[in-house]
Amino acid sequence: MRHLLSTADLDVAEAVRILDTAGQMAATQAREIKKLPTLRGRTVVNLFFEDSTRTRISFETAAKRLSADVINFSAKGSSVSKGESLKDTALTLQAMGADAVVIRHYASGAPHTLAHGGWTTGAVVNAGDGTHQHPTQALLDAYTLRRHLVGDGGRADVAGRDLTGLRVAIVGDVLHSRVARSNVQLLHTLGAEVTLVAPPTLVPVGVEAWPARVSYHLDEAIADDKPDAIMMLRVQRERMSSAGGGFFPSPLEYTRGYGLDARRLASLPEHAIVLHPGPMNRGLEISADAADSSRAVIVEQVANGVAVRMAVLYLLLAGGDAPTSTQPGTTNETKVDA
Amino acid sequence: MSTRYLLLDVAPLGGEATDVLLADGVIAVIGEQAQALAGDDATVLDCHGLVLLPGLVDLHTHLREPGREDAETIRSGTRAAALGGFTAVHAMANTTPTQDTAGVVEQVWRLGREAGWVDVHPVGAVTVGLEGERLAELGAMAESQAQVRVFSDDGKCVHDPVVMRRALEYVKAFDGVVAQHAQEPRLTDGAQMHEGVVSAELGLAGWPAVAEEAIIARDVLLAEHVGSRLHVCHLSTAGSVEIIRWAKSRGIDVTAEVTPHHLILTDELARGYDPVYKVNPPLRTQRDVEAVRSGLADGTIDIVATDHAPHTREDKDCEWAAAAFGMTGLETALSVVQETMVDTGRMTWADVARVLSTAPARIGRVTDHGRPIAVGEPANLVLVDPAARRTIEPEQQATKSVNSPFRGRDLSGCVIATFLRGRATVLDGSPCDESVVVSG
Repeated sequence: MRHLLSTADLDVAEAVRILDTAGQMAATQAREIKKLPTLRGRTVVNLFFEDSTRTRISFETAAKRLSADVINFSAKGSSVSKGESLKDTALTLQAMGADAVVIRHYASGAPHTLAHGGWTTGAVVNAGDGTHQHPTQALLDAYTLRRHLVGDGGRADVAGRDLTGLRVAIVGDVLHSRVARSNVQLLHTLGAEVTLVAPPTLVPVGVEAWPARVSYHLDEAIADDKPDAIMMLRVQRERMSSAGGGFFPSPLEYTRGYGLDARRLASLPEHAIVLHPGPMNRGLEISADAADSSRAVIVEQVANGVAVRMAVLYLLLAGGDAPTSTQPGTTNETKVDA
Repeated sequence: MSTRYLLLDVAPLGGEATDVLLADGVIAVIGEQAQALAGDDATVLDCHGLVLLPGLVDLHTHLREPGREDAETIRSGTRAAALGGFTAVHAMANTTPTQDTAGVVEQVWRLGREAGWVDVHPVGAVTVGLEGERLAELGAMAESQAQVRVFSDDGKCVHDPVVMRRALEYVKAFDGVVAQHAQEPRLTDGAQMHEGVVSAELGLAGWPAVAEEAIIARDVLLAEHVGSRLHVCHLSTAGSVEIIRWAKSRGIDVTAEVTPHHLILTDELARGYDPVYKVNPPLRTQRDVEAVRSGLADGTIDIVATDHAPHTREDKDCEWAAAAFGMTGLETALSVVQETMVDTGRMTWADVARVLSTAPARIGRVTDHGRPIAVGEPANLVLVDPAARRTIEPEQQATKSVNSPFRGRDLSGCVIATFLRGRATVLDGSPCDESVVVSG
């Protein structure tokens, strides 16, 4: 693994390996001293062109627990809205010797451009790009699903296992969701069956090529699929306004059709768990009853996120198959004209 | 310097080989007598295996001057045109300042004359500043020295139906034509690529086919209602071909163009997020490519036009969403048409002459280009070697910009020589000495 740009790039063995490594990382986090020396002397840059305190802190914690030096580079705002800035920023980070760049960008494909533009030799980790991908989110979701639903559904050793046979419903704004895109591909690779549930306006044209079923009715999807897990996507309130695209008539109508409330929670199979990538709009896509229920693993997802990101950084920077070009001291001249 | 050229064993329109003498700016002799009448001072070209076509006419070129001389100038763009086999180009109106007054179109026309590589026919903007709100002074542009006959807000759609109706009606007074960039703006707000399977996966905002087709459907009905002439720019979808076919069957006076890139490239190329493939209208699906090829072959689509759209490196060397729309095309257009239409047996060289010269000249009301290859006609001609293969290297092209989607790709055919009124602008595949070109 040279970069982590999209869950579509992972085969089942690679995905399971990341989840297994995350399991080992999580085990170390139960110790009193949580810090590992693994990435001492390596530099990880968090390059955030879009606000995301939660994701940035998660990556920062992961890198620090591995003893890497962490630089936070916040490039949000309209002054840095042109592509030249991505290139120049990348060249600057390269000159500073970044071993890995964790990038969050509002433009779909920006991490791909960063990884393949010849601007940096460091490993690139996509921390969310536009409406395209957010692979570490999908990995932490898969990790959470495996922990709860594979094996005896308890705390048995699940190393080496995939998600074959699990049924997962992903509910909400699929059209604009990088979380949905990442999860559809990763969960499919891992053997799970995915049903997307959304009003038709929030399902992309072209979804028919995705390895997922699509339903426009949450109650029907729950009754038909009896999902083992339900993942609620964040819905942005501004999407309902005409200026925002007018995707649905009102928040109330959305909540009635697609919100997870106490009634729908009760209609799920008894073992089913509730996921949400956060931050939640309580009262819109998820009610307080559902968010705070014992079935919700939303807080645990955050903790698992650190373990998964530790695993990804470890495998990219210290993994056995990491190419030598990610080692320090081999900062070749970048090809500016490439 | 000789102004006579003797073309030996050349195949006009790909037909039977013969000899052709160019003298005094016209086709002087065709046939056996050409050698005898050539005289000693004629430059003799062995044209065995070469096809002779009327000089190509591009109805859709962005020369970028005035305003974006960092991407292209009239001089560099017309030199690229000559190398691509063109003898006339229509320079689109979206310059800075906009070509929306007689003064600006005359400036572009004059700079084209001074450059001397091809005849430059400025396109006039339909509306002031391409804003789509009030008509530019179309009459003044038509009556200017530039004698504008093609009007377009290309880059933007004349989306207001009333403004479009007025424009269609108004240009009838001077036999003009409105060339519409068909793009419903509300359906394409923020659009980045063709809306379909690939955009869904890449998370790039979709540019749906219906946004093009809805405008074309409206415009052909408007053209029918007011009895006007309509030209549809860079048609790109299977549905658009169907609408044009229907409109023509009703007798509506509509013509349509397709770009070389829409004849050969698809939206699958967006997968690498390389903005060199970002273009407007976007690359569509293989099904659409098949449909526009069929439409071109059966005459539903009248012409191929390049939509040559040079952009600076900084406008393309960035993430997809920040990049400019457009790709260069003057120096590859003929090769793409040969490869997709001639080499596949769907069109003859006579058909190529029709779609790249005769028909665009007729639509643009350019009277001295796109003429038959016959004695006495102006010697605006291009010599093509259909057997040649070449690898496209943007840095080696004459256009100032390197945003060719064909980088590293082998294409069929090569322009050997281009003649503008009997004077060579290109010989042996290379541009002629500029001092000669300009003085000619």
